[in-house]
Amino acid sequence: MPALTRRRVLFGGAAVGTGALLTACTSNTPENNTQVNTNAGGGVNAAAGQKVIIGFSAPAADHGWVAAITNNAKAQAATYSDVEFRAVAAGNDAAAQRAAISTLISQKPTVIVLLPHDGKELNSAGIEAMKAGIPVVNLDRAFPSANAYRLQIKGDNFGMGIAAGTYIGEQLKAKGVGNPVIGEIPGIDSLELTQERSQGFRTALATYGFRVANRRPAEFTADSGQTAATSLLQALPKMDALWNHDDDQGIGVLAAIKQANRTEFFMVGGAGSKAAIDAITADNSVLKATVTYSPSMASSAISLARLIGQGKGMSDLVELQVPKEITLASETITKDNAAKYAKLGF
Amino acid sequence: MITETAPPREVHRRRLDEGVIRNLGLVGVLVILVVIGIITKPELYGDATWVRNNVFTILQQASAIGVVTVGMTFVIIGGGIDLSVGAIIALAGVWATTLATQSYGAAGMIFTGLVVGIAVGVINGVLISYGRLVAFIATLAMMVAARGLAAQISGKQTQVSANDTINGIATTKIAGIPLLVWILAAVVVAGWVLLNRTTFGRRTVAVGGNPEAARLAGINVKRHTVLLYALSGLSCGLAAIMLTAQATSAQAAMANLYELDAIAAAIIGGTLLSGGRGTIVGALFGVLVFSTITNLFAINNLSTEVQNMVKGGIIVAAVLIQQFRYRSLTQLLKR
Repeated sequence: MPALTRRRVLFGGAAVGTGALLTACTSNTPENNTQVNTNAGGGVNAAAGQKVIIGFSAPAADHGWVAAITNNAKAQAATYSDVEFRAVAAGNDAAAQRAAISTLISQKPTVIVLLPHDGKELNSAGIEAMKAGIPVVNLDRAFPSANAYRLQIKGDNFGMGIAAGTYIGEQLKAKGVGNPVIGEIPGIDSLELTQERSQGFRTALATYGFRVANRRPAEFTADSGQTAATSLLQALPKMDALWNHDDDQGIGVLAAIKQANRTEFFMVGGAGSKAAIDAITADNSVLKATVTYSPSMASSAISLARLIGQGKGMSDLVELQVPKEITLASETITKDNAAKYAKLGF
Repeated sequence: MITETAPPREVHRRRLDEGVIRNLGLVGVLVILVVIGIITKPELYGDATWVRNNVFTILQQASAIGVVTVGMTFVIIGGGIDLSVGAIIALAGVWATTLATQSYGAAGMIFTGLVVGIAVGVINGVLISYGRLVAFIATLAMMVAARGLAAQISGKQTQVSANDTINGIATTKIAGIPLLVWILAAVVVAGWVLLNRTTFGRRTVAVGGNPEAARLAGINVKRHTVLLYALSGLSCGLAAIMLTAQATSAQAAMANLYELDAIAAAIIGGTLLSGGRGTIVGALFGVLVFSTITNLFAINNLSTEVQNMVKGGIIVAAVLIQQFRYRSLTQLLKR
C-alpha cells in the first residue's frame, strides 16, 4: 500500500504540474483585425448627432467570417461618440435568437441590427420589432417579408460565382487554353448560399464555353478543405484553374496543393481574408485572386443604422433617408489591386 | 485431459476463422472498389505513378481517422463508446496551435496536443466509471463541452500553424512512404500487440464481455475503464497533431463528425457494439473501405450525397452479415 500511495502522489504531482504548464500555455492574443470606417473624410454625417442605441445580434457560429461580423460591428460602433452598442448573444439556433430579439425589443433600442441564423425563421422577429417601432437592419440573410425590415444589406453570392468564373474565363482565354480542366471546392453543399455561388460560377464559365470538370465540397473548415482538395487533385492529375469558395477553408486547400507538389494551375479564393490577400500580394503560391464577400458589411450596417436612428440620409445621395436594400458588389482582388483591399481583409 | 481441452480449442479455431473470413470479406470489398475504379477511369489507372500516388493518398486520408478508430475500437471492445473523439481532436488541435503554445516549438505543440487528449480522456473515464454516468451521455456532454472550450480558446478563428516541423509531418517521406502512413502503421501494430499480446488487451475483452465476471476475476474494472478512455484520448491527441499538420491549421470546427466515422469503421471491421469482441485489423480495413469510397467518388466526380448514401448502405450490410454469420455459427456449434 505505501508504494501505491507514493505512486499516486507522484502521479497527482505530475498531473498538477502538467495542468499548471498547460494553463501557462493557454493565453492567446488574437490579432484584432477589423474593418471600420473611421470617418477620416469628415463628411456631414460624421458630426455627432442625436444619441442612438443599437441592439445587435449575430449567431455564435464557429466560423471566422461570422466572428469578423461581430468584431466589425463592435469596432464600428466604438468609433461613434453618439452610439451605444448593445449586443445580445443569439445562442445556437433560430429559436434562441428569436428569444434574444424579444428581450432586445423590450429594452427599446433605437435600431436593431441582426444577422439571423436563418432569414425565413427570424422573419416574425423582424416584424415584431418593426411593429414595436424599432427599425430593423437585416445583415446578409434576407427576410421574406418586406415589412420585417427597414434596411437589408447583404453580399452577393450569385455575383461572387460570376466574378470567380469571369476571372478564370478571362485568364484562360488570354492564355489560349482550348479545353481547360477546371476544379471547384465549394463550402457546405446543402446551404442555399453555396448553391447560388456554384450556379453563378457555372453561368459565367458557360459564356466562355467552359465547364467544371470536378467539384468536391468541403465544410468551411481548413481540415475539410485539405481533404476535399487532396481528393480533387488526385482526380484531376492536370488542372488549369480552381475556384475555392472560402478563404478560411482555403488554408487547408493551399496546404493540400503544397503537399501534392502541384503548381500547373492557378487558384481563385472567396470571401477575401487577410491571409488570402497577403498571399496574393506575395504572389508565391497558386492563389492569384479572390472574390470578396466581405464582413465589412457589418461595419456599414452599424453606420447606416446610426443614420436611420438619427433620421439622416446618405450624404452623397439626394434622398433624405437611407435606401431600403443594399447588395454589395463582389469584387475581384488580384495582385494589381491587393494593396487597396489590404485593409478590408479579415 | 484431452477430452477436456479439445472443445475449447475447436471453438477458438472457429472464432479465428470467422475473424479471418470477415477481414477477407472487407479485402474483397476493397478489391471490388478498386476494380470499379479501374473500369470507370482506365486512363488514370493506366499510369503507374498515378496509381502509386493514389494508394498513398488513400492511406494518408485514412491516417488520422485510422488512429482515432484504433482508440475507439479499444473503448468499444471494453463495452463503452466515445462520442467525443471529434471534439477532443478539435480541443487538442486548437490548444496545440495557440500563439503561446506555438512559441514552445514543435515539441511543445505535440506535448500539448497529446496531454490535452489524455486529460480529456481521463475526465471521460472518471465520469463513466467513478461517476457512474452512461458512456453515451458522458461523452455526448464532453463532445459539446470540448468543442465549446475549443471555440472559446480560438476565439472562433482558424489558428494557422507557423511551425515548419509540424507542417512538415504531412510532407515528409521516409523510404518513399509518407510519414503519416508510417504513424498509422505504427499505431495499428501497437494497437494489435496491446489487444492480442498483453494482459491489458485480455482485460479489455474481459471487461467488455462481462464486467461483473471481470470484477470477480480480480480485474479493477473502474481503473481499466479510465485507462481505455485515456487511450482513446491519446489517439485523438495524436490525430489532432496529424490533422493540424495536414491542414497547417486548427479550429474549433475541425474533425467534424469523426466520432461517427470512427464508430462506423470499427463496427464494419467486426467490433461488437455491445463489447467483448473486435479486431484492430478489421477496424483498419473499415477505415480503408471508407477512404477508398471517398477516392472512388472523387475520381468519378460523383456527388457527396450519393457517397454518404453508399457509406450508410455499407454499414448496414456489414452489420447484417456480421449478425447472420454469428447466428449461424452459434447454431453450428450447438449441433
